[in-house]
Amino acid sequence: MLVTALFVVRTRDLLAATMLLGAYSLLSAGMFMVLDAVDVAFTEAAVGAGVSTILMLYALVASGRFERTPTRPQWLPLLVVLATGAALVWGTFDLPPVGAPGNPVHQHVAPRYLQQSGAEIGIPNVVTSVLASYRGYDTLGETAVVFTAGLGVWLLIGGLQRRGAAAPVLASAPHANLILRVVSKFLIPVILLFGLYVQFHGELGPGGGFQAGVILASALIVHLQVFGADQTRQIVPESLLRVLAPLGVLLYGGTGVAGLLLGGNYLDYHPLGRTPVGGQHLGILLVELGVALTVSSTMLLLCYLFAARVARR
Amino acid sequence: MSAHAQLLIVLLPLLAAPLAALMRTPDAAWALATAIAWSVLSLALLLLLQVQAEGVLSYAIGGWAAPWGIEYRLDPLGALLQLLLAAVAAAILPWTRQSAARELERARLPGFYAALLLLQAGLLGIVATGDAFNVFVFLEISSLSTYALIAMGRDRRALTAAFRYLILGTLGATFYLIGVGLLYALTGTLNMADLAARLPAVADTRTAHTAVVFVTVGLGLKLAMFPLHAWLPNAYAYAPSAVTALLAATATKVALYVLVRFVWTIFGAEFAFGAIPLAALLGVLAVLGMLIASAVAVRQDEVKRLLAWSSVAQIGYALAGLALASGAGLAAALLHLANHGLMKGALFLALGNIAWRFGNTRLSTLRGLGRAMPWTMAAFVAGGLSLVGVPLTVGFVSKWALLQAALAAGAWWLVGAIALASLLALAYVWRVVEVAYFEASESRDLRCEAPLGLLLPTWLLVLANLWLGIDTRWTLGLAEAAARALAGAGL
Repeated sequence: MLVTALFVVRTRDLLAATMLLGAYSLLSAGMFMVLDAVDVAFTEAAVGAGVSTILMLYALVASGRFERTPTRPQWLPLLVVLATGAALVWGTFDLPPVGAPGNPVHQHVAPRYLQQSGAEIGIPNVVTSVLASYRGYDTLGETAVVFTAGLGVWLLIGGLQRRGAAAPVLASAPHANLILRVVSKFLIPVILLFGLYVQFHGELGPGGGFQAGVILASALIVHLQVFGADQTRQIVPESLLRVLAPLGVLLYGGTGVAGLLLGGNYLDYHPLGRTPVGGQHLGILLVELGVALTVSSTMLLLCYLFAARVARR
Repeated sequence: MSAHAQLLIVLLPLLAAPLAALMRTPDAAWALATAIAWSVLSLALLLLLQVQAEGVLSYAIGGWAAPWGIEYRLDPLGALLQLLLAAVAAAILPWTRQSAARELERARLPGFYAALLLLQAGLLGIVATGDAFNVFVFLEISSLSTYALIAMGRDRRALTAAFRYLILGTLGATFYLIGVGLLYALTGTLNMADLAARLPAVADTRTAHTAVVFVTVGLGLKLAMFPLHAWLPNAYAYAPSAVTALLAATATKVALYVLVRFVWTIFGAEFAFGAIPLAALLGVLAVLGMLIASAVAVRQDEVKRLLAWSSVAQIGYALAGLALASGAGLAAALLHLANHGLMKGALFLALGNIAWRFGNTRLSTLRGLGRAMPWTMAAFVAGGLSLVGVPLTVGFVSKWALLQAALAAGAWWLVGAIALASLLALAYVWRVVEVAYFEASESRDLRCEAPLGLLLPTWLLVLANLWLGIDTRWTLGLAEAAARALAGAGL
């Protein structure tokens, strides 16, 4: 990871830097795996190594591949960065040792999540219990963040393009590339199926709305890259995405309001079902669906917008 | 429903935003946003009364008790801030309809109102929560919507201004997150009250000190503490008028609120000012910011940017109040926070009226405007006097409180800095007044006053400036109650 990071900083070739950043994300995902943070690793692999690399490539196509060489050495920024790094390292000397069972993070809040969530929420994946229920309000906020990002990009570069000349960007000659077309036709249904599996398996194993949303979107992004934006837009029109993205936030928020109207606090899923645990199941199912809706449609919408922007040039 | 008011004040704008984004006609989205803004204002008033009657309010989201779930926690300080945010937005949104219709593309207006609602939800959410990580989530909502809103300015330089803010703002948020992460590693909790209870046991570690530094620097970037203010002048200068007014009146205040919350509620004044020389640091930066930014403001030829630099200076006043590390200083800082929001709201709305008419706010455009737009310019003058700190305006009230706090603490450096910065403020306000009233325009003898839909909200804020400048019991009492709740009986 250190080596890739150093190369990213040193190189003036932004395409290489983007690719290395993707590799860096993949390596971080591996590190998270080693630390047993499977859900985080999953997200990092899907978002960091996947979608964000695609988005950066679009930015490169729109701007240019090589960075200008600075005219003079930039000592002040280097000094600030080094001081910050030194402060961080200095600050970690007193940190509790990684993985020691006596650490405060394992002793205070976490035991209840680990020991009680089975009885209180009734699903095996504790991470999902924390994300969707105990700290479900944070996740609603994160969903709103994703929606805000999509809205922001649309406000800046959306709605300007005319339909038409949107060609595939990364595979510049799609007709010639028979192999890509055939392979992607095989892959896309498998990716979609895997996305659905991750969505609905999130209660049992690693996964959930965020990861599933990104995976579902990536299937369509592959389609967009190989067959061109016009074809993808015929399957999933942009207008549909612009409805689905806010709808996901509303579905998540609305689930909370339902709990409120049935006599609980906001985002309390207990009143939703006949039994408290049943309510938790239903609530988590609904909010995860909302997350997946917003994430997948925002990701695809971003790619549409950038593709159209690049095609206009 | 009043048991849920604490949550609804954030939830209403948060869920109205996707609705607004689904709307097709600008007027429908505007009507929704305005209705929400006024409902939020009534909720803020209700909550303030509730806090005054019952003390600190707590709400367990999801029915999970803190620290396992996320807690909304409202004390007098939070109620005061929410009231400021709600009142300013309720005044600015009616004004926005005509201004935005002229400055922005019609097709983008529903999305624009959605982003405004998200901004408001983000800011209100930061103030409402009692959870350090939840602050970060809502900080992201408000920041992302702010970047997009700034970039919508007509001038293409709005894009670079927004990009610069995006880089610096993201750095700030990341620093904050690193600080919170370190605190979590030390204590195992994210709930603020719980953090405050568990931190003293581990306060004497390098990690805790590093956490304080990272949180302070991160928030310093967001609140435009000198010299971390580089994003602010251009962002304010090139954003659409309504966005500038809303940001100037609210955004940096909320970041400053979070700093106050961390220093007084979580770290505790003894730790922050005793173990770490935070007071000296804040004091030096505050004075430098007050003087340098005021001096730069005097030299600006674009009035919007002039006021932006003045905002950097005004943040210095509030930070100086914090640096006194006393209850009176804290109360003065909080009072200035609220009062400066009112002043800058009124001033930027008056400027927005000029931009609505002429498309820019260069000093040369203002020539002879005292006669051409008498009501708008009168509003500007009233706001400007408040900025200088002339008696009978809110500016005087908070500067007076700050002076008293400085004298009580024997901080003569601050007394001198306030006097000098006020003179500089007089200089930059006078430049505008001179051009508008004493330089005749060659072509513009006609009256070209802004329409009533723009003038009424502007004057609403101006009157609030004057009224709260004369009748100080209310704001002063609130700020003192908030400071007392934070700093204990040391007032």
